[in-house]
Amino acid sequence: MPKAALAEALGSPSGFGQSQFAFMRGHAFEARVKADGGTELLRLTHACLGGGPEPEPGAASVPDLTAAGPAGRTARTELALEEASATGTWTLLDHPMLALDVAGTPAFLEPDAVVVAPDGTWTVVEIKSFPMIDGAADAAKVGAAARQAAVYVLALEEVARRLDPAPEVRHRALLVCPKDFSNLPTASAVDVRKQLAVTRRQLSRLTRVEDIAATLPPGTTFDVTRPAAELAAAVDAVPATYAPECLAACELAFHCRDRARAAGELTSLGRSLRADLGTLATIDEALAAARGEAGDADDPAVAALRRAGALRAEALAGGVRCP
Amino acid sequence: MSLIDNLARLDAATTGRAQPRATVRHRHLSERPLVFVPLITAGETGAPLGALIGTERTSPLLLTVAQPRDRDLRFAFLSRLAEILLPYVESYADDVEAAERTEADPETGKRVKVEVELCADAPQLIVPSRAGIEFVRLLGRSMRFRRTAEQDPDAPYPAPPRVPLLGRWLTHYGERSRVPGSSLLLAMTDLLSRHWATGQSSLEEQHLGALLAWIEAPEGTSGADAALRAELARDADGQLLCPPAGPATDPAFDNQLLAPAIERHDRARTALAAAADGVEADALLAALGAAEREIDALVASRTRPTWDAVWRGLDALCTLPEAPSAVDRWRGDRWSFTGHRDRVAAGEPPQPRVDDAVTAANKLATREREQARLDAQEALDDPLVMAGRRLAGEAFAGEVTDVVMAYSEGRSPRPRPLVTVRTPDRPQLDEGVKAYRSLAGKPQSFQFVAHAPDGGLVLRLLDKMGRGKEPEPGSVPEVGDRLCWTLFEHEQRGGPRLPDPEDTPWTHGGPPRTEPAATPVGERPDPVTPEDIL
Amino acid sequence: MSPAPIAPGQAPFDPGTEAARATDAILRDTLHGAHRGVVVDSPPGAGKSTLVVRAALELAAAGRPLMVVAQTNAQVDDLVLRLAEKNPELPVGRLHSSDPDPYDKALDALPNVRKSAKAGDLAGLDVVVSTAAKWGHVKDVEPWRHAIVDEAYQMRSDALLAVAGLFERALFVGDPGQLDPFAIAEAEQWAGLAYDPSASAVTTLLAHNPGLPQHRLPVSWRLPASAAPLVSDAFYPFTPFRSGTSHADRALNFAVPSDGSGPDRVIDEAALSGWGLLELPARNTPRTDPEAVRAVALVVRRLLDRGGAATSERSPDPAPLTADRIAVGTAHRDQAAAVRGALSALGVVDVTVDTANRLQGREFDVTVVLHPLSGRPDATAFHLETGRLCVLASRHRHACIVVCRAGVDALLDDHPSTEPVQLGVTVKFPDGWEANHAILSRLAEHRVPWRP
Repeated sequence: MPKAALAEALGSPSGFGQSQFAFMRGHAFEARVKADGGTELLRLTHACLGGGPEPEPGAASVPDLTAAGPAGRTARTELALEEASATGTWTLLDHPMLALDVAGTPAFLEPDAVVVAPDGTWTVVEIKSFPMIDGAADAAKVGAAARQAAVYVLALEEVARRLDPAPEVRHRALLVCPKDFSNLPTASAVDVRKQLAVTRRQLSRLTRVEDIAATLPPGTTFDVTRPAAELAAAVDAVPATYAPECLAACELAFHCRDRARAAGELTSLGRSLRADLGTLATIDEALAAARGEAGDADDPAVAALRRAGALRAEALAGGVRCP
Repeated sequence: MSLIDNLARLDAATTGRAQPRATVRHRHLSERPLVFVPLITAGETGAPLGALIGTERTSPLLLTVAQPRDRDLRFAFLSRLAEILLPYVESYADDVEAAERTEADPETGKRVKVEVELCADAPQLIVPSRAGIEFVRLLGRSMRFRRTAEQDPDAPYPAPPRVPLLGRWLTHYGERSRVPGSSLLLAMTDLLSRHWATGQSSLEEQHLGALLAWIEAPEGTSGADAALRAELARDADGQLLCPPAGPATDPAFDNQLLAPAIERHDRARTALAAAADGVEADALLAALGAAEREIDALVASRTRPTWDAVWRGLDALCTLPEAPSAVDRWRGDRWSFTGHRDRVAAGEPPQPRVDDAVTAANKLATREREQARLDAQEALDDPLVMAGRRLAGEAFAGEVTDVVMAYSEGRSPRPRPLVTVRTPDRPQLDEGVKAYRSLAGKPQSFQFVAHAPDGGLVLRLLDKMGRGKEPEPGSVPEVGDRLCWTLFEHEQRGGPRLPDPEDTPWTHGGPPRTEPAATPVGERPDPVTPEDIL
Repeated sequence: MSPAPIAPGQAPFDPGTEAARATDAILRDTLHGAHRGVVVDSPPGAGKSTLVVRAALELAAAGRPLMVVAQTNAQVDDLVLRLAEKNPELPVGRLHSSDPDPYDKALDALPNVRKSAKAGDLAGLDVVVSTAAKWGHVKDVEPWRHAIVDEAYQMRSDALLAVAGLFERALFVGDPGQLDPFAIAEAEQWAGLAYDPSASAVTTLLAHNPGLPQHRLPVSWRLPASAAPLVSDAFYPFTPFRSGTSHADRALNFAVPSDGSGPDRVIDEAALSGWGLLELPARNTPRTDPEAVRAVALVVRRLLDRGGAATSERSPDPAPLTADRIAVGTAHRDQAAAVRGALSALGVVDVTVDTANRLQGREFDVTVVLHPLSGRPDATAFHLETGRLCVLASRHRHACIVVCRAGVDALLDDHPSTEPVQLGVTVKFPDGWEANHAILSRLAEHRVPWRP
């Protein structure tokens, strides 16, 4: 879903967007990682995850995966995976395309790379431009990469299941990042078993297209086309579950924030604040309860608000000093 | 955040103006802080684009890197940074007072008191936001392992002379800022949101412009509207009216203004390099100068609003009186500064890339102790903070309604008066729980005995009554006193003493390996390639 | 993941034999092994305390004095009492703090237990027991050749660092599924390091000593056959365990028939199946949701009023379900306080009401749990923590009744797991979000909707 464009159309441009410096640097890094027939990428894969004899520089096969349309590219990828698994050599699939069945609709996914090792195992590769400094990286970003990789692993497992014998899809993805302050690649194996379990359950429970879209990695395309007007209507039909965390994650967040603020929703001030206040859902309700103008005094939230109000007033008036 | 703070947030949301979260200032502010407003280049780890820096509000120094990917220009930036920052830091190094510290005697191993120097004051660094603190750490990490030509004549890209030392100081400041309550390196957004609540979430309070708009809103105006403008308003060309406090820049700025300017600069440089003769070179040099000035102006235009915002934030903070314990904690900061000064003077190597097991455990113990100390001190210093602890059942205030003299059992009975307190608060009292009040700045201990029939609390007073059979005058609460007790301790006990690093036990990998090489791996410079910089 | 099916020709799983085999192997490694450390994972109710006492007694009997490290004073006192019960002649030292009332007064009645705040006073005794915090202050003593570290998964790595110099080799015992230790200050910079001071002691130990023998107690003697598979699947997916008893071994019966109310119906459901979910109408509530708190109290009141009797392998005759065999578990202290208040209003005393943290290691016949996510508008990391749910769902011998607002499944869907991932940190299983879903979907099969 083109959320950024939608946000623009709704009058709440997101401020999302990428600096061309970051964009160019990201592309240059990915190209560097995959240069020379993937020599460096395969070396890192072998160093982190094994998979057979050490790859010889330039000897790996890098099949051409071009084909017409997402379905065609998916078919081409499957064929390449099958062939690679049979050869017992190192194979690098550069931007393959995978399909994942989501509530009856095929979603097409494009991982950065998949490596097939001589031992027949398949590994998802994520190439990111945030750095690993002294072996550590931004945990939120690694978490996002791990969730993304888990979806690719699920899609790969669907392909693997159709083969006989079914190759093993590794549950450790390879995360490749710039090392320290350089643009030399370094890598770390990321265990995605947790994310796999979560994604499996999410996919089994999801019914709304909006939720499904939120679960899948960016760049996912759907085989369904819906009129834009219908989408815009759908946005407002989604129950308002805006929270400040949305601002960092979603292009539509400013639109939702406007709505939440206009309605005086407590959650617009933070989830934890809302959590303290039980049935009270708006700022006005909470303040009225605190002032004793509304609310049931037996409701613990109301009682706590009133006590908080009294204590705060006492403290601001000088209060009881402990010393 | 307690419900009291949340209530302040609700009030702020409806009134459109920030509401107090504190009645005193809980952090020490230097008379002469150094403000540092850096910008970075997107996509390049730790690559500076420019900065405003200085101790003079009206005359900040502007540093820029016209081509952030150029190693020489970047080194020039870091060199200037060192020329400004190090003299500021060093100006605090020589003004000392005598102090005592407990140290292990190198011969007997016993703990003995030794007289040492303690710097009378310490340099204080203020950045706009938490991301600025992260950038200080990153700069520190990127510089401290560099080698100058003097240290290593064979270094492929030697760093300017004082850059590694700057890296060590920034590393120290970045590390100290992880200690709760410390004030050597502070982020303005943290300072402001500690003292005021706004009608937005704590995430949105990371935006310095918006946060300040709430706090500065004059009576009768809407800080909420001003904050929204600060956050989102753009001019006709799509540029933010209030640029982000950095160090990251707005992508629209990068793409529409900065990228074309850098390109013009690069073209001017290429043309200059290819100049056919002196006359042409002079003209091209002027063109290059113009291109540089253009980038200077761009960087200044994005940093100056933030620079001003940081100083206005300091103004706002100085309207609050400093909390009594803040000075106490600043003393800890002075110790920290003095300690690093001594390590540098002693020629110790730069801080390693990764802490060893014992250092990590010691640091965590310090931070946890300081967190508990900070929590207690802030409550004791500030009735508004104490109100939150009272609401949470961790403290109570009330009036003394009865005092009955009683004595402990045993051969020499000691005074153990029973004090009854009437309180509207609901402390979480289990039988035997201790409570403390502050008596002349020292904690006095009580023990909860029972609920009185009239609903009051009966407490047994345990200490600080002198040595006699009768309590010293003024040491026992009197009927009618209005007092406040905490269930948390006012002072923190020290944790266990950990082994020395060379005695690290087998469970933690044994002693750190001493490497035969002259330079341990932890201190070797980062490998460099022709394309990468820093 | 369920325990492997029995292959043809293989002997059927006999819990007693399997548990004995595991214990023998552990003791063999502890007494005669070549390694400096032995690690034992013990799921809920698998006989961890019994193992610790037996290992201590056997080491002492072999003439090898030892120190024992536990995490709380209550655990230390409990261990000392158990040691004295098994061998009243054994000279045991209880090292304690210099605070007032530093140990359980019951220890004063034991003639061979010496108590002191100074380790020097206890030198030469066969077994000396104390908390990790107290051991951390002990200096200048001759190191012990042996140690037992109890509840090692709840001990922080830095606490082990402070005491590891006191012993040469050690047996580490604990339950990996319970609540992890935590730090109240920033420790993120060390995540991924083998010796991250905020990690658990076992994590550090194994990262530095990957070759140490690791054992597992394979049988839970506490959890009934109705609970062991669910708890094992949800919280121990890669180290499954089984119940030591079969469905026929345990029974919970009530003399007074159901009055048709929600509490009575959920009690009957739980008596029959081992699980019960009393579901209140969906509503956002404060933590101390008065309706849910009252529902919890009513369930406890009815459990007592209906003349319950628990039949188990322990005795041929049913044991009456008394107040001391029932516990209420909550996530927060204020919830526990509210439940205590509601119970005393109904005239119920002597029922344990506490948070998950304080219920760790304890055992009851029936537990009533206020679901950590009941009525919440959000699902935070605290409320999703696997260990919290695991503790609450694994304290019972017969039945566990969960009281919860409807809609938690939808709440979980709205807060998909977005955990940060630190490079190099061994992944702890399972995910809290996923475990919550797993437990909920099972509880849904035993749901009794009720409008109070």
